[in-house]
Amino acid sequence: MEITAIITALCLVLGSLLGITGGIGVYRLPDFFTRLHACGITDSACAFLILSGLMFQTGTSLETVKLLFILIFLLITSPTSTHALAKAALNSGETPLMEQQQTQQKREER
Amino acid sequence: MELFIDITLLTFLCITALAITVIRKLFCAVMLAGIFSLLSACLFVSMDAVDVAFTEAAVGTGIATVLMLAALNLSHSREKCPPYQPLLALLVVCTTGAVLVYGTMDLPAFGDATAPIHHHVAPRYIEQSQQEIGPPNFVTSILASYRGYDTLAETVVIFTAGLSVVALLGIRDRRGGQSITTDRSAMKGYLVLRVVTKLLLPFIFLFALYVQFHGDYGPGGGFQAGVIFASGVIIHSLTLGRDRTLKAFPQRFLTILATAGVLLYGGTGLAAMVRGGNFLDYSVLGATALAGQHLGIFLVELGVGVTVFASMTLMYYAFSYRKEA
Repeated sequence: MEITAIITALCLVLGSLLGITGGIGVYRLPDFFTRLHACGITDSACAFLILSGLMFQTGTSLETVKLLFILIFLLITSPTSTHALAKAALNSGETPLMEQQQTQQKREER
Repeated sequence: MELFIDITLLTFLCITALAITVIRKLFCAVMLAGIFSLLSACLFVSMDAVDVAFTEAAVGTGIATVLMLAALNLSHSREKCPPYQPLLALLVVCTTGAVLVYGTMDLPAFGDATAPIHHHVAPRYIEQSQQEIGPPNFVTSILASYRGYDTLAETVVIFTAGLSVVALLGIRDRRGGQSITTDRSAMKGYLVLRVVTKLLLPFIFLFALYVQFHGDYGPGGGFQAGVIFASGVIIHSLTLGRDRTLKAFPQRFLTILATAGVLLYGGTGLAAMVRGGNFLDYSVLGATALAGQHLGIFLVELGVGVTVFASMTLMYYAFSYRKEA
Protein backbone atom coordinates (compact mmCIF):
# COMPACT_ATOMS: atom_id res chain seq x y z
CA MET A 1 0.00 0.00 0.00
CA GLU A 2 1.21 3.48 -0.79
CA ILE A 3 2.17 5.87 1.96
CA THR A 4 -0.43 8.47 0.89
CA ALA A 5 -3.22 5.90 1.11
CA ILE A 6 -2.19 5.06 4.66
CA ILE A 7 -2.08 8.73 5.65
CA THR A 8 -5.50 9.32 4.06
CA ALA A 9 -6.98 6.33 5.86
CA LEU A 10 -5.54 7.49 9.17
CA CYS A 11 -6.84 11.03 8.69
CA LEU A 12 -10.31 9.87 7.67
CA VAL A 13 -10.67 7.38 10.54
CA LEU A 14 -9.39 9.89 13.09
CA GLY A 15 -11.66 12.60 11.67
CA SER A 16 -14.70 10.34 11.74
CA LEU A 17 -13.91 9.33 15.32
CA LEU A 18 -13.74 13.00 16.30
CA GLY A 19 -17.05 13.58 14.50
CA ILE A 20 -18.70 10.78 16.46
CA THR A 21 -17.15 12.14 19.67
CA GLY A 22 -18.64 15.55 18.90
CA GLY A 23 -22.05 14.00 18.27
CA ILE A 24 -21.99 12.06 21.55
CA GLY A 25 -20.80 15.21 23.33
CA VAL A 26 -23.67 17.31 22.00
CA TYR A 27 -26.07 14.66 23.22
CA ARG A 28 -24.56 13.87 26.63
CA LEU A 29 -22.92 17.02 28.04
CA PRO A 30 -24.86 18.92 30.73
CA ASP A 31 -25.20 22.55 29.61
CA PHE A 32 -25.11 24.78 26.53
CA PHE A 33 -21.46 25.82 26.68
CA THR A 34 -20.05 22.35 27.13
CA ARG A 35 -22.23 21.15 24.26
CA LEU A 36 -20.91 24.00 22.17
CA HIS A 37 -17.42 22.80 22.97
CA ALA A 38 -18.30 19.35 21.61
CA CYS A 39 -19.80 20.97 18.54
CA GLY A 40 -16.59 22.95 18.02
CA ILE A 41 -14.59 19.71 17.84
CA THR A 42 -16.74 18.48 14.95
CA ASP A 43 -16.53 21.85 13.23
CA SER A 44 -12.79 22.33 13.38
CA ALA A 45 -10.68 19.24 14.06
CA CYS A 46 -12.96 16.71 12.35
CA ALA A 47 -13.42 18.79 9.20
CA PHE A 48 -9.69 19.61 9.17
CA LEU A 49 -8.67 15.95 9.33
CA ILE A 50 -11.17 14.74 6.75
CA LEU A 51 -10.32 17.50 4.26
CA SER A 52 -6.58 17.02 4.65
CA GLY A 53 -7.07 13.29 4.25
CA LEU A 54 -8.85 13.95 0.96
CA MET A 55 -6.10 16.34 -0.12
CA PHE A 56 -3.53 13.54 0.07
CA GLN A 57 -5.62 11.62 -2.45
CA THR A 58 -5.99 14.35 -5.08
CA GLY A 59 -2.23 14.94 -5.47
CA THR A 60 -1.17 18.16 -7.15
CA SER A 61 -4.28 19.24 -9.04
CA LEU A 62 -6.96 21.90 -9.06
CA GLU A 63 -9.03 19.81 -6.64
CA THR A 64 -6.28 20.06 -4.00
CA VAL A 65 -6.34 23.85 -4.27
CA LYS A 66 -10.13 23.90 -3.99
CA LEU A 67 -10.01 21.64 -0.93
CA LEU A 68 -7.34 23.88 0.57
CA PHE A 69 -9.59 26.92 0.05
CA ILE A 70 -12.50 25.12 1.72
CA LEU A 71 -10.18 24.18 4.58
CA ILE A 72 -9.02 27.78 5.10
CA PHE A 73 -12.62 29.01 4.86
CA LEU A 74 -13.75 26.48 7.48
CA LEU A 75 -10.80 27.27 9.75
CA ILE A 76 -11.89 30.91 9.79
CA THR A 77 -15.67 30.54 9.91
CA SER A 78 -16.25 27.59 12.29
CA PRO A 79 -14.52 29.10 15.34
CA THR A 80 -16.25 32.41 14.53
CA SER A 81 -19.67 30.79 14.50
CA THR A 82 -18.93 28.97 17.76
CA HIS A 83 -17.78 32.25 19.28
CA ALA A 84 -20.91 34.05 18.04
CA LEU A 85 -23.17 31.33 19.49
CA ALA A 86 -21.43 31.44 22.87
CA LYS A 87 -21.60 35.22 23.00
CA ALA A 88 -25.26 35.28 21.99
CA ALA A 89 -26.04 32.73 24.70
CA LEU A 90 -24.16 34.77 27.32
CA ASN A 91 -26.01 37.92 26.25
CA SER A 92 -29.39 36.26 26.55
CA GLY A 93 -28.68 35.21 30.13
CA GLU A 94 -27.30 31.69 29.82
CA THR A 95 -24.55 31.20 32.41
CA PRO A 96 -21.91 28.50 32.22
CA LEU A 97 -22.48 25.60 34.59
CA MET A 98 -19.86 25.87 37.33
CA GLU A 99 -18.46 23.07 39.44
CA GLN A 100 -20.30 24.09 42.62
CA GLN A 101 -23.63 24.26 40.86
CA GLN A 102 -22.98 20.88 39.35
CA THR A 103 -22.36 19.24 42.71
CA GLN A 104 -25.40 21.06 44.07
CA GLN A 105 -27.50 19.70 41.23
CA LYS A 106 -26.25 16.21 41.89
CA ARG A 107 -27.12 16.50 45.56
CA GLU A 108 -30.60 17.69 44.69
CA GLU A 109 -31.02 14.77 42.34
CA ARG A 110 -30.12 12.35 45.14
CA MET B 1 -23.94 3.09 -1.36
CA GLU B 2 -25.78 5.92 -3.09
CA LEU B 3 -29.08 4.29 -2.19
CA PHE B 4 -28.00 4.20 1.44
CA ILE B 5 -27.10 7.91 1.38
CA ASP B 6 -30.42 8.75 -0.30
CA ILE B 7 -32.41 6.79 2.27
CA THR B 8 -30.54 8.42 5.17
CA LEU B 9 -31.08 11.90 3.76
CA LEU B 10 -34.78 11.25 3.08
CA THR B 11 -35.24 9.94 6.63
CA PHE B 12 -33.64 13.09 8.02
CA LEU B 13 -35.87 15.13 5.71
CA CYS B 14 -39.01 13.44 7.07
CA ILE B 15 -37.87 13.89 10.68
CA THR B 16 -37.19 17.59 10.06
CA ALA B 17 -40.59 18.10 8.41
CA LEU B 18 -42.38 16.41 11.31
CA ALA B 19 -40.39 18.44 13.85
CA ILE B 20 -41.36 21.67 12.07
CA THR B 21 -45.07 20.81 12.36
CA VAL B 22 -44.80 19.81 16.02
CA ILE B 23 -42.60 22.60 17.37
CA ARG B 24 -44.29 25.73 18.74
CA LYS B 25 -41.22 27.96 18.98
CA LEU B 26 -41.12 29.70 15.63
CA PHE B 27 -37.40 30.48 15.98
CA CYS B 28 -36.62 26.77 16.11
CA ALA B 29 -39.03 26.14 13.24
CA VAL B 30 -37.14 28.62 11.05
CA MET B 31 -33.83 26.96 11.90
CA LEU B 32 -35.29 23.55 11.09
CA ALA B 33 -36.56 24.90 7.78
CA GLY B 34 -32.97 25.93 7.01
CA ILE B 35 -31.78 22.41 7.84
CA PHE B 36 -34.54 21.05 5.59
CA SER B 37 -33.21 23.13 2.69
CA LEU B 38 -29.65 21.97 3.34
CA LEU B 39 -30.77 18.33 3.34
CA SER B 40 -32.66 18.77 0.07
CA ALA B 41 -29.57 20.42 -1.39
CA CYS B 42 -27.57 17.31 -0.40
CA LEU B 43 -30.22 15.14 -2.09
CA PHE B 44 -29.91 17.22 -5.27
CA VAL B 45 -26.13 16.72 -5.21
CA SER B 46 -26.56 12.98 -4.91
CA MET B 47 -28.89 13.15 -7.96
CA ASP B 48 -26.14 15.06 -9.86
CA ALA B 49 -28.27 18.23 -10.12
CA VAL B 50 -25.48 20.48 -8.88
CA ASP B 51 -26.95 23.72 -10.25
CA VAL B 52 -30.23 23.17 -8.39
CA ALA B 53 -28.38 22.17 -5.21
CA PHE B 54 -26.36 25.36 -5.42
CA THR B 55 -29.53 27.47 -5.65
CA GLU B 56 -31.26 25.55 -2.89
CA ALA B 57 -28.31 25.93 -0.53
CA ALA B 58 -27.92 29.65 -1.22
CA VAL B 59 -31.61 30.61 -1.24
CA GLY B 60 -33.20 28.10 1.13
CA THR B 61 -30.51 27.97 3.79
CA GLY B 62 -29.11 31.46 3.45
CA ILE B 63 -31.51 34.15 2.33
CA ALA B 64 -34.84 32.53 3.26
CA THR B 65 -33.71 31.84 6.84
CA VAL B 66 -32.52 35.41 7.32
CA LEU B 67 -35.75 36.81 5.81
CA MET B 68 -37.87 34.59 8.07
CA LEU B 69 -35.88 35.67 11.14
CA ALA B 70 -36.31 39.32 10.16
CA ALA B 71 -40.05 38.72 9.73
CA LEU B 72 -40.15 37.03 13.17
CA ASN B 73 -38.53 40.12 14.61
CA LEU B 74 -41.57 42.08 13.39
CA SER B 75 -44.09 39.70 14.96
CA HIS B 76 -44.20 37.13 17.79
CA SER B 77 -41.69 34.35 18.09
CA ARG B 78 -44.17 31.78 19.42
CA GLU B 79 -46.97 30.12 17.54
CA LYS B 80 -50.42 30.67 19.08
CA CYS B 81 -52.38 27.59 20.09
CA PRO B 82 -55.51 27.39 17.96
CA PRO B 83 -58.72 27.68 20.05
CA TYR B 84 -60.19 24.56 18.44
CA GLN B 85 -58.94 21.23 17.12
CA PRO B 86 -58.40 21.76 13.38
CA LEU B 87 -59.76 18.32 12.44
CA LEU B 88 -61.26 19.51 9.17
CA ALA B 89 -57.89 20.86 8.06
CA LEU B 90 -56.25 17.53 8.95
CA LEU B 91 -58.88 15.73 6.88
CA VAL B 92 -58.25 18.00 3.87
CA VAL B 93 -54.48 17.56 4.15
CA CYS B 94 -54.73 13.77 4.47
CA THR B 95 -57.07 13.52 1.49
CA THR B 96 -54.86 15.71 -0.69
CA GLY B 97 -51.80 13.72 0.38
CA ALA B 98 -53.52 10.42 -0.43
CA VAL B 99 -54.54 11.71 -3.87
CA LEU B 100 -50.98 12.88 -4.54
CA VAL B 101 -49.53 9.51 -3.50
CA TYR B 102 -52.09 7.79 -5.73
CA GLY B 103 -51.00 10.09 -8.57
CA THR B 104 -47.34 9.12 -8.21
CA MET B 105 -48.19 5.48 -8.91
CA ASP B 106 -48.66 6.30 -12.58
CA LEU B 107 -45.29 8.04 -12.82
CA PRO B 108 -42.40 6.15 -14.39
CA ALA B 109 -39.86 4.71 -11.95
CA PHE B 110 -36.87 6.82 -10.90
CA GLY B 111 -34.16 6.60 -13.57
CA ASP B 112 -36.43 4.71 -15.99
CA ALA B 113 -34.87 4.97 -19.48
CA THR B 114 -38.25 4.65 -21.22
CA ALA B 115 -39.79 7.60 -19.34
CA PRO B 116 -41.33 10.22 -21.69
CA ILE B 117 -39.05 12.97 -20.39
CA HIS B 118 -36.00 11.19 -21.81
CA HIS B 119 -37.47 11.05 -25.32
CA HIS B 120 -39.01 14.44 -25.95
CA VAL B 121 -36.38 17.21 -26.13
CA ALA B 122 -33.77 15.98 -23.65
CA PRO B 123 -31.72 13.95 -26.21
CA ARG B 124 -31.36 17.03 -28.40
CA TYR B 125 -30.29 19.17 -25.43
CA ILE B 126 -27.68 16.62 -24.38
CA GLU B 127 -26.31 15.68 -27.80
CA GLN B 128 -26.48 18.87 -29.84
CA SER B 129 -26.24 21.78 -27.39
CA GLN B 130 -22.45 21.81 -27.86
CA GLN B 131 -22.80 22.49 -31.59
CA GLU B 132 -25.91 24.66 -31.39
CA ILE B 133 -25.25 26.82 -28.34
CA GLY B 134 -21.69 26.23 -27.14
CA PRO B 135 -21.28 26.27 -23.33
CA PRO B 136 -19.87 23.04 -21.87
CA ASN B 137 -22.44 23.21 -19.03
CA PHE B 138 -25.61 22.49 -20.96
CA VAL B 139 -27.77 23.44 -17.98
CA THR B 140 -26.77 27.01 -18.85
CA SER B 141 -27.64 26.45 -22.54
CA ILE B 142 -31.09 25.14 -21.62
CA LEU B 143 -31.73 27.85 -19.03
CA ALA B 144 -30.59 30.85 -21.03
CA SER B 145 -31.12 29.86 -24.64
CA TYR B 146 -33.49 26.92 -25.28
CA ARG B 147 -35.74 27.98 -22.42
CA GLY B 148 -35.05 31.71 -22.62
CA TYR B 149 -38.73 32.64 -22.36
CA ASP B 150 -39.18 30.70 -19.12
CA THR B 151 -36.11 32.27 -17.58
CA LEU B 152 -37.28 35.73 -18.61
CA ALA B 153 -40.57 35.04 -16.84
CA GLU B 154 -38.73 33.76 -13.75
CA THR B 155 -36.64 36.92 -13.63
CA VAL B 156 -39.80 39.01 -13.91
CA VAL B 157 -41.37 36.97 -11.08
CA ILE B 158 -38.42 37.68 -8.78
CA PHE B 159 -38.48 41.35 -9.77
CA THR B 160 -42.22 41.53 -9.06
CA ALA B 161 -41.77 39.78 -5.71
CA GLY B 162 -39.11 42.28 -4.64
CA LEU B 163 -41.25 45.15 -5.87
CA SER B 164 -44.36 43.99 -4.02
CA VAL B 165 -42.50 43.43 -0.74
CA VAL B 166 -41.09 46.94 -0.94
CA ALA B 167 -44.49 48.34 -1.93
CA LEU B 168 -46.25 46.59 0.98
CA LEU B 169 -43.71 47.14 3.75
CA GLY B 170 -41.74 50.14 2.54
CA ILE B 171 -38.18 50.91 3.60
CA ARG B 172 -37.53 53.36 6.37
CA ASP B 173 -34.75 55.67 5.27
CA ARG B 174 -33.70 57.88 8.14
CA ARG B 175 -32.22 60.91 6.53
CA GLY B 176 -30.18 63.06 8.89
CA GLY B 177 -30.83 60.57 11.69
CA GLN B 178 -28.16 58.86 13.74
CA SER B 179 -24.65 59.06 12.42
CA ILE B 180 -22.72 55.93 11.59
CA THR B 181 -20.79 55.98 14.85
CA THR B 182 -23.94 55.76 16.99
CA ASP B 183 -25.77 53.25 14.82
CA ARG B 184 -27.25 50.80 17.31
CA SER B 185 -27.88 48.06 14.78
CA ALA B 186 -24.13 47.65 14.35
CA MET B 187 -22.65 44.89 16.49
CA LYS B 188 -20.30 47.04 18.49
CA GLY B 189 -19.29 44.46 21.10
CA TYR B 190 -18.68 41.71 18.60
CA LEU B 191 -15.14 42.51 17.52
CA VAL B 192 -14.38 38.99 16.28
CA LEU B 193 -17.48 38.91 14.10
CA ARG B 194 -16.76 42.33 12.62
CA VAL B 195 -13.15 41.49 11.80
CA VAL B 196 -14.01 38.11 10.27
CA THR B 197 -16.82 39.67 8.25
CA LYS B 198 -14.50 42.30 6.85
CA LEU B 199 -12.00 39.57 6.08
CA LEU B 200 -14.50 37.37 4.27
CA LEU B 201 -16.61 39.94 2.41
CA PRO B 202 -14.22 40.49 -0.53
CA PHE B 203 -13.98 36.76 -1.07
CA ILE B 204 -17.76 36.31 -0.93
CA PHE B 205 -18.21 39.00 -3.58
CA LEU B 206 -15.37 37.55 -5.66
CA PHE B 207 -16.95 34.10 -5.44
CA ALA B 208 -20.29 35.56 -6.56
CA LEU B 209 -18.61 37.09 -9.61
CA TYR B 210 -16.85 33.78 -10.31
CA VAL B 211 -20.18 31.92 -10.16
CA GLN B 212 -21.73 34.55 -12.44
CA PHE B 213 -19.11 34.46 -15.17
CA HIS B 214 -18.08 30.82 -14.85
CA GLY B 215 -21.65 29.57 -15.21
CA ASP B 216 -21.03 28.54 -18.82
CA TYR B 217 -18.32 26.09 -17.78
CA GLY B 218 -19.38 24.82 -14.35
CA PRO B 219 -22.35 24.86 -12.05
CA GLY B 220 -23.67 28.32 -11.38
CA GLY B 221 -25.16 31.24 -13.23
CA GLY B 222 -27.11 34.40 -12.70
CA PHE B 223 -29.54 33.17 -10.06
CA GLN B 224 -26.88 31.66 -7.79
CA ALA B 225 -24.49 34.58 -8.23
CA GLY B 226 -27.20 37.13 -7.43
CA VAL B 227 -28.15 35.30 -4.25
CA ILE B 228 -24.52 34.91 -3.10
CA PHE B 229 -23.90 38.61 -3.70
CA ALA B 230 -27.07 39.48 -1.77
CA SER B 231 -26.01 37.27 1.15
CA GLY B 232 -22.72 39.17 1.24
CA VAL B 233 -24.66 42.42 1.60
CA ILE B 234 -26.83 40.84 4.32
CA ILE B 235 -23.76 39.80 6.34
CA HIS B 236 -22.42 43.33 5.90
CA SER B 237 -25.65 44.77 7.23
CA LEU B 238 -25.94 42.30 10.13
CA THR B 239 -22.51 42.94 11.57
CA LEU B 240 -21.56 46.45 10.47
CA GLY B 241 -24.96 48.10 10.87
CA ARG B 242 -27.69 49.31 8.60
CA ASP B 243 -26.40 52.82 8.05
CA ARG B 244 -23.14 51.64 6.59
CA THR B 245 -24.93 49.19 4.32
CA LEU B 246 -27.40 51.83 3.15
CA LYS B 247 -24.44 54.07 2.42
CA ALA B 248 -22.65 51.38 0.40
CA PHE B 249 -25.77 50.05 -1.37
CA PRO B 250 -28.42 52.79 -1.32
CA GLN B 251 -32.02 51.79 -1.86
CA ARG B 252 -32.36 53.98 -4.96
CA PHE B 253 -29.34 52.32 -6.53
CA LEU B 254 -30.78 48.86 -5.91
CA THR B 255 -34.17 49.82 -7.34
CA ILE B 256 -32.46 51.01 -10.50
CA LEU B 257 -30.34 47.83 -10.64
CA ALA B 258 -33.39 45.56 -10.30
CA THR B 259 -35.10 47.32 -13.18
CA ALA B 260 -31.93 47.46 -15.27
CA GLY B 261 -31.48 43.68 -15.01
CA VAL B 262 -34.94 42.91 -16.40
CA LEU B 263 -34.45 45.57 -19.08
CA LEU B 264 -31.10 44.04 -20.05
CA TYR B 265 -32.75 40.64 -20.46
CA GLY B 266 -35.68 41.96 -22.48
CA GLY B 267 -33.38 44.31 -24.40
CA THR B 268 -31.19 41.39 -25.50
CA GLY B 269 -34.31 39.72 -26.87
CA LEU B 270 -35.37 42.90 -28.65
CA ALA B 271 -31.86 43.38 -30.07
CA ALA B 272 -32.13 39.93 -31.59
CA MET B 273 -35.43 40.99 -33.19
CA VAL B 274 -33.82 44.17 -34.55
CA ARG B 275 -31.02 42.10 -36.07
CA GLY B 276 -33.64 40.06 -37.91
CA GLY B 277 -34.07 36.99 -35.69
CA ASN B 278 -36.81 35.87 -33.34
CA PHE B 279 -37.24 37.26 -29.81
CA LEU B 280 -34.39 35.88 -27.63
CA ASP B 281 -32.76 34.13 -30.63
CA TYR B 282 -29.15 35.09 -29.91
CA SER B 283 -27.62 33.50 -33.02
CA VAL B 284 -28.01 36.72 -35.00
CA LEU B 285 -26.21 38.84 -32.38
CA GLY B 286 -22.65 37.91 -33.36
CA ALA B 287 -20.57 37.25 -36.45
CA THR B 288 -21.21 33.50 -36.18
CA ALA B 289 -24.14 31.72 -34.58
CA LEU B 290 -21.97 30.39 -31.71
CA ALA B 291 -20.45 33.82 -30.99
CA GLY B 292 -23.95 35.31 -30.96
CA GLN B 293 -25.17 32.64 -28.55
CA HIS B 294 -22.17 33.25 -26.31
CA LEU B 295 -22.80 37.02 -26.19
CA GLY B 296 -26.55 36.55 -25.71
CA ILE B 297 -26.15 34.08 -22.84
CA PHE B 298 -23.57 36.34 -21.19
CA LEU B 299 -25.90 39.38 -21.31
CA VAL B 300 -28.97 37.44 -20.22
CA GLU B 301 -27.17 35.82 -17.28
CA LEU B 302 -25.87 39.22 -16.25
CA GLY B 303 -29.41 40.59 -16.32
CA VAL B 304 -30.66 37.70 -14.19
CA GLY B 305 -27.82 38.10 -11.69
CA VAL B 306 -28.31 41.84 -11.29
CA THR B 307 -32.08 41.55 -10.85
CA VAL B 308 -31.86 38.67 -8.37
CA PHE B 309 -29.20 40.47 -6.32
CA ALA B 310 -31.11 43.77 -6.19
CA SER B 311 -34.51 42.16 -5.48
CA MET B 312 -33.17 39.94 -2.69
CA THR B 313 -31.36 42.84 -1.05
CA LEU B 314 -34.42 45.09 -1.32
CA MET B 315 -36.56 42.37 0.30
CA TYR B 316 -34.06 42.08 3.13
CA TYR B 317 -34.03 45.87 3.59
CA ALA B 318 -37.83 45.93 3.69
CA PHE B 319 -38.09 43.17 6.32
CA SER B 320 -35.18 44.08 8.50
CA TYR B 321 -35.20 47.90 8.50
CA ARG B 322 -38.91 48.07 9.25
CA LYS B 323 -38.41 48.16 13.01
CA GLU B 324 -36.46 50.92 14.67
CA ALA B 325 -33.35 49.49 16.31
